[in-house]
Amino acid sequence: MIKTTLRRVSAGVLITVGLSGAAAAAECIAPANPGGGWDFTCRQIGKIMYDIGAVDAPIQVTNMAGGGGGLAFSHVVNERADDAELIVAASSATTTRLAQNAFGGMTADQVRFVGSIGADPGVIVVAADSEMNSINDLIEAVKADPGSVAFAGGSAAGGFDHLKVLQVLRAGGFDDIRSVKYIGVDGGADAITQTVGGFTQAMTGDMSEVVGFLKAGEVKALAVLTEERVPGFEDIPTAMEQGIDVVAVNWRGLYVPKDISDEAFNTWADRLAQVAASDEWKTAMEANGLAPFTKVGDDFQNWVDSVVASTEELSREIGVIQ
Amino acid sequence: MDMDILANLSVGFGIALSPYTLMLAVIGCFLGTIIGALPGLGPSNGVAILIPLTFTLGLDATSALVLMTSVYYGAMYGGRISSILLNIPGDEPALMTTLDGYPMAKQGRAGDALVISGVASFVGAFLATVGLMLLAPLLANVAYLFGPAEYFALYLLAFCTLGGIASNNQAKAALASCIGLGIAMIGLDNQSGMPRFTYGNLHLMDGVDFLVAIVGLFAVAEVFFFIESHGKNTSIGVVLDKVRVPWRDLRACTGTMIRASGVGFVAGVLPGAGASLGSFLAYMSEKSIAGAKGKFGTGAPRGVAAPEAGNNAAAGGALVPMLTLGVPGSGTTAVLLALLMTLNITPGPTLFTDRPDVVWGLIASLLIANFVLLAMNVPMVKIFVKVLMVPPAVLLPGVTMISFVGIYSLSGSYFDLTLMVAFGVLGYVLRKLDIPTVPVILGILLGNNMEDALRRAMILSDGDVSFLFSSPISIGLWVAAVAGFIAPMFLRGVLKKPQAVTD
Repeated sequence: MIKTTLRRVSAGVLITVGLSGAAAAAECIAPANPGGGWDFTCRQIGKIMYDIGAVDAPIQVTNMAGGGGGLAFSHVVNERADDAELIVAASSATTTRLAQNAFGGMTADQVRFVGSIGADPGVIVVAADSEMNSINDLIEAVKADPGSVAFAGGSAAGGFDHLKVLQVLRAGGFDDIRSVKYIGVDGGADAITQTVGGFTQAMTGDMSEVVGFLKAGEVKALAVLTEERVPGFEDIPTAMEQGIDVVAVNWRGLYVPKDISDEAFNTWADRLAQVAASDEWKTAMEANGLAPFTKVGDDFQNWVDSVVASTEELSREIGVIQ
Repeated sequence: MDMDILANLSVGFGIALSPYTLMLAVIGCFLGTIIGALPGLGPSNGVAILIPLTFTLGLDATSALVLMTSVYYGAMYGGRISSILLNIPGDEPALMTTLDGYPMAKQGRAGDALVISGVASFVGAFLATVGLMLLAPLLANVAYLFGPAEYFALYLLAFCTLGGIASNNQAKAALASCIGLGIAMIGLDNQSGMPRFTYGNLHLMDGVDFLVAIVGLFAVAEVFFFIESHGKNTSIGVVLDKVRVPWRDLRACTGTMIRASGVGFVAGVLPGAGASLGSFLAYMSEKSIAGAKGKFGTGAPRGVAAPEAGNNAAAGGALVPMLTLGVPGSGTTAVLLALLMTLNITPGPTLFTDRPDVVWGLIASLLIANFVLLAMNVPMVKIFVKVLMVPPAVLLPGVTMISFVGIYSLSGSYFDLTLMVAFGVLGYVLRKLDIPTVPVILGILLGNNMEDALRRAMILSDGDVSFLFSSPISIGLWVAAVAGFIAPMFLRGVLKKPQAVTD
């Protein structure tokens, strides 16, 4: 159910906007309701930054749900473009939506992506009794008959889970990606249930979604889409070591307004790097099924640019955008 | 298996026996009994009105569920009070209780009738909760057998059975379902992400929130009806002196209560049937067992015990398909389903493995709520009798206020308030036209899921429609759906159904 109620900007936020010049503490906007991934990013990063002394005052978290993050994005672009004391939680969903023009014409270059410090690795699994044992078995099966392999994932068609599969198949030399069967269901657990039940042949999702089923022995992982094997899951090979050059992770990070100084941008990048190195963050990652994925500053901005470009191209090819 | 249930139950009691949860159960039972006792405010209205409160209070999933199911069970108990004292059913499942309850009250045995029906309610609800405990985990294992085609057929079954029985006219039920399904189409298309029927309005991008629709269709529409009738149904007709426990009658009713519980539970488990059918079937079967000697209809204690055990057992039974399949067995469970979805819990075959804390915490608190309700409804029944004398001038603004504050606190949006009032008007008009509102709610609730299931099935089968009938399970569900929709047309003459079911 994509039924999150569209919420209007709360009065509290408007007041904060009016006073932003005078505010001493930095603010982190979570573009969703309390409880989700973006909220987690703001609260954890904000808390750790203060605990380790990277900032002087506790970071105030504001929830601004709506339009899948679009409301917050437009708020930052239109009203806070030079606010150096503002950070906003972001993830793969943010860049996917920007690439697919889901934020009403706004683009990724209207903000600056300052860093990512953790990620939920992408993973492709099949039922435990499946004949496929490697990512290449899967690619060969699709090449032989695209209609015979259906994928299930927790995101809608054109969403991140769908794109992961397409990237893998294309890297494996299969180009007719419009013929790939994909159904988007309500979350990773549903996708696995469909796959174990035999209604679909493979599931694409995040590591945190499959952990329980992996441990119960109901599914086997063909590949994890990271640069190196994931700590705690060393027996799962990466796609790269199987010759498929794809890295697709659901990263957790931040963007900042466009018009802040380079100095302010680098300050936030540095603070993020400090959080990434802290023991507190390592504990938080472990508790939430995240793997380390630290990229900050210009390095991260360049990586985001390339991800947005490839997402845009892929989305155009499958007809999600014109 | 049995050991599993005991182990799970002890986990459940660990959650339910915390002082906070216990307090919520007591509050829920109290409010529920009042809501049930007030004529016109049935369990589905009551739950719909109180749902926004759970958000205002910021309750977590288990607490919210405990509170709301206590209200649900409480309302099932409370419905009998005005049936017996005023000859007006407090809610529709309590309709059958008027048949013998009011005659008993007129004979000066109002106290006896209240005690007997209270105990019968307890027996029915208790046995049903045990049944839920035993049956639900069995159903939970079917998850892997359900693909898109099966889910589509399952949703269809929900519409057909609930629609078939919710109205005296199949066409009206179908129309109501279509209105609901149409409303569900508003918002972003799940598959392509394109907006549909939003007319550029940002508020409609995420679709119509079903809580807004529910509170509008039930609570606000109820207010309109109150205004229209000037709340005339609140004068008390029968004097209640002393409440004593009629042990002899209770012993004589033991068999009736147990049989009626069984009948009611089965009626509740069937998707769409619900508590009204449970009490109706329980009463009719007991009446035929007793024969002419039973003097049903003239103030027979067994005629009070049977429908009360039946409707409370059905209320418990209706939770089985709601929790395990995500298919509500009645209007109230449809409202509870909405609550669960808002709390980010997807009822369905995976609920028992994904969220055992929620399920077993709920089951344990239902058991506790039952004892609380027995205590409230037998020795303390006089308190609730007093509530029946609350003038509409107090009640009406209260309901209105809770509705508005609740919905506003959900979204902080005036748009939702306007939409809620619009739904209130819609609900009023539909009820005037004798078109049931429950299928509308069901359509808004399940419309997206049903559409998704259909589209997924079409993707998997390359658009081959026969895929929808390709497994024994889906064929069985289709047959049941068609039968559930058509059968009431023929049975209606035979059974002479009392009234539309909207519990």
